[in-house]
Amino acid sequence: MMEITEGSHAIAKIVARCRPQVVSAYPITPQTHIVEALADYVADCKLDADYITVENEMSALSACIGASAAGSRVYSATTSQGLALMFEACFNAAGMRLPIIMSIANRALGAPLSIWNDQQDSISLRDSGWLQFYAEDNQEATDMHIIAYKVAEDHSVLLPVFVCFDGFILSHTYEPVDMLPQEDVDKYLPKFTPYEKLDAEDPISFGMYATPEYYHEFRYEIDRAAKRAADVYRAAAKDFAGMFGRDYSGLIEEYRMEDAETAIVAMGSICGTIKDAIDEMRDAGKKVGLVRIRVFRPFPDKEIAQALAKTKRVAVLDKNISLGSKGAVALEVKDAMYGKTIPVLNYILGLGGRDVRKRDIAAIVALAEKGEGDMFYGLRKEVL
Amino acid sequence: MGLAVGCRAKPGKARDNRTGSWRVFKPSFDRGKCTKCGMCMTLCPEGCIHQTEEEFVEPDYTYCKGCGICAEECPGEAIAMKQEEK
Repeated sequence: MMEITEGSHAIAKIVARCRPQVVSAYPITPQTHIVEALADYVADCKLDADYITVENEMSALSACIGASAAGSRVYSATTSQGLALMFEACFNAAGMRLPIIMSIANRALGAPLSIWNDQQDSISLRDSGWLQFYAEDNQEATDMHIIAYKVAEDHSVLLPVFVCFDGFILSHTYEPVDMLPQEDVDKYLPKFTPYEKLDAEDPISFGMYATPEYYHEFRYEIDRAAKRAADVYRAAAKDFAGMFGRDYSGLIEEYRMEDAETAIVAMGSICGTIKDAIDEMRDAGKKVGLVRIRVFRPFPDKEIAQALAKTKRVAVLDKNISLGSKGAVALEVKDAMYGKTIPVLNYILGLGGRDVRKRDIAAIVALAEKGEGDMFYGLRKEVL
Repeated sequence: MGLAVGCRAKPGKARDNRTGSWRVFKPSFDRGKCTKCGMCMTLCPEGCIHQTEEEFVEPDYTYCKGCGICAEECPGEAIAMKQEEK
């Protein structure tokens, strides 16, 4: 049913319909409204789950790890500093192969302190073994949680997932969202069947010590599972499209790429603005297209290389920076394009909530046409 | 043996960790000097030194980490640590 609703509330409502048995989270802007709503559902007996209140995010994810190991479907949500505090537990959740779903309302990392949006938080955990999905709008953010459970809980994957959406830009925006009713979610998402679980009658430990003879192979297995997740994701999203008509089955989405000379690569809500800017540039005769990365982990390098193969130049927009190097997305796109002669230019933009408008996208395309890139875009020279 | 998903293990699994692979220096026992006092057996942190039928001592090299405490503590200087070729 179509509802005009805040992004956070849409996500909370759909998460509740995924029937998590344990929710543990610590409120942090701009994720707060999600867990606030879920706490309400539990208190009002609308969601049959244990809501574990904790003293910080490290404890929240640790509680989720325990609950998932005990065989429960588990949910958490965080952002920015909260995710940074979970750092150690993130690697443990992935290494123990626990299919935890966590919403990330993307926010900048301090210092300097900022509550506003960029994607530095989840990007900084790109090596943790969590799968990472990035939504463009609230409809996609909402639907992706259901798909995420299906992918994570598949026994050939068994990895946790960040469902990422831009803080404030999506989390606090009211827009129409087609909310799947409970019976549809139940039809798509079966009951969680743990691969193994904690049982006092038949004790087992998770994430045990591995000597140098085994650790290397364990990491290989986690990497293989993350790569297998690509096909599992495609199949799960295809099922979703078949049942509900919304197709997210591409790890990337191509927009007006058919004859594009300049291709923009980006992730998240900025892609809505980029699509509008592309329409205007197309009307003015410029052949510009967009490759939106929907699934950042596993990284769709082959799809990206194929989508960009016939372009003349590529502009990668990063709402993050690997300080001392480049934007994380650009680094991986450059890797995907290795050996090709097409220039891949990187633009760092929109950090800490700096607004990105259609004219900024047009300006970046103009820079790319001149071959100028690998830069911070839109620096305010007067304050430097 | 295939790896357990998520490095999960039943109790007692630690016995499978062959800590002997950590060893750089290997203790070698000189039976001519050994007085069978048992000090090395008592002090071995891995508990991997045991008595043979003739009451001499010998370590289980599968688990001996090569820490050298036995050689340090042996009153008869009957244990020498020698670099191991692997």
